[in-house]
Amino acid sequence: MIARLLPFLLFLALGALLAVGLTIADRKTELPSPLIGKPMPEFSLPVLGQPDVIVTRAELVGQPFLLNVWASWCVTCRVEHPVIEALAQSGQLPVIGLNYRDEEGDALAWLEHFGNPYSLTLADTSGRTAIDFGVYAAPESFLVDSRGQIVFKQIGALTPEVIEKEILPLLATESQR
Amino acid sequence: MSSQLSRLLTGPAAALAAFCLAFSLIATAAEPLEFNDPAMEVRYQKLTEELRCLVCQNQNLADSDAPLAQDLRQEIFEMLQAGRTDAEIKTFLVDRYGDFVLYRPAFEGNTLFLWLLPSLLLVIGLIVLIVNVRRRSRLPAPAEEESRD
Repeated sequence: MIARLLPFLLFLALGALLAVGLTIADRKTELPSPLIGKPMPEFSLPVLGQPDVIVTRAELVGQPFLLNVWASWCVTCRVEHPVIEALAQSGQLPVIGLNYRDEEGDALAWLEHFGNPYSLTLADTSGRTAIDFGVYAAPESFLVDSRGQIVFKQIGALTPEVIEKEILPLLATESQR
Repeated sequence: MSSQLSRLLTGPAAALAAFCLAFSLIATAAEPLEFNDPAMEVRYQKLTEELRCLVCQNQNLADSDAPLAQDLRQEIFEMLQAGRTDAEIKTFLVDRYGDFVLYRPAFEGNTLFLWLLPSLLLVIGLIVLIVNVRRRSRLPAPAEEESRD
């Protein structure tokens, strides 16, 4: 009896496996970052438009902020821009921009055209610092707590839902500490 | 032999061969890198073939033309020049991008199932085969085969 049913059961098991694979296939392109819960990497980058002003990791640690990776060539960043602007204007969390693999002129024109929500924008022209952050696409956003730890990473555009359900609760637990 | 070969090399087969060759030339997306040491170049080739491009996730770093893949190839080149070992270079990338960057994941607790599943399936298949062969050998030979003799 069991032997008769075995091929059928194997077929069902295979079908279930493929069904699970199909449902996770969409999410699978978003890779979990190994940096979550780890200190933000060291860096030393010039401010966008002010090549002589260098900002290091140590200067940013002390209060929580959102590090938003963007570029003028990044189409999704335009879609994300109003969400970043709303977050910055709400005053709940300062947003620091990481301008990724961009031309200075293009980046400044982009901010001029769409508006500048960033309290500070760092220029990672070579993309070298982005490698240390494990960036593989723009936009990406990192929530950094007051101790300089990365507590959350968003791959792709931030949405009001993600801010509401993920970022603000993390920020609230942070301020209780 | 040679006439067979020449026949193969004309017509559609030749067109196909030319097509494949053209694509393989396009696919080797590499910057002109100067290696002083041929052994280092071999290690570079092997590493970039075993590491995944994170942007186009079904390509390795050697084949991908994505800007990030170019950056990472440059990074690997510089680390090789600086005398880092293959293991150190892989750790550098895993620390930033996770195990997914490795086309050949490490043999660890969370990858045990991944590594052992093929062998497990082979063993199950062999058991099923042996059980079936034994059972059939015990059955009387079918009548039609006897009559064919």
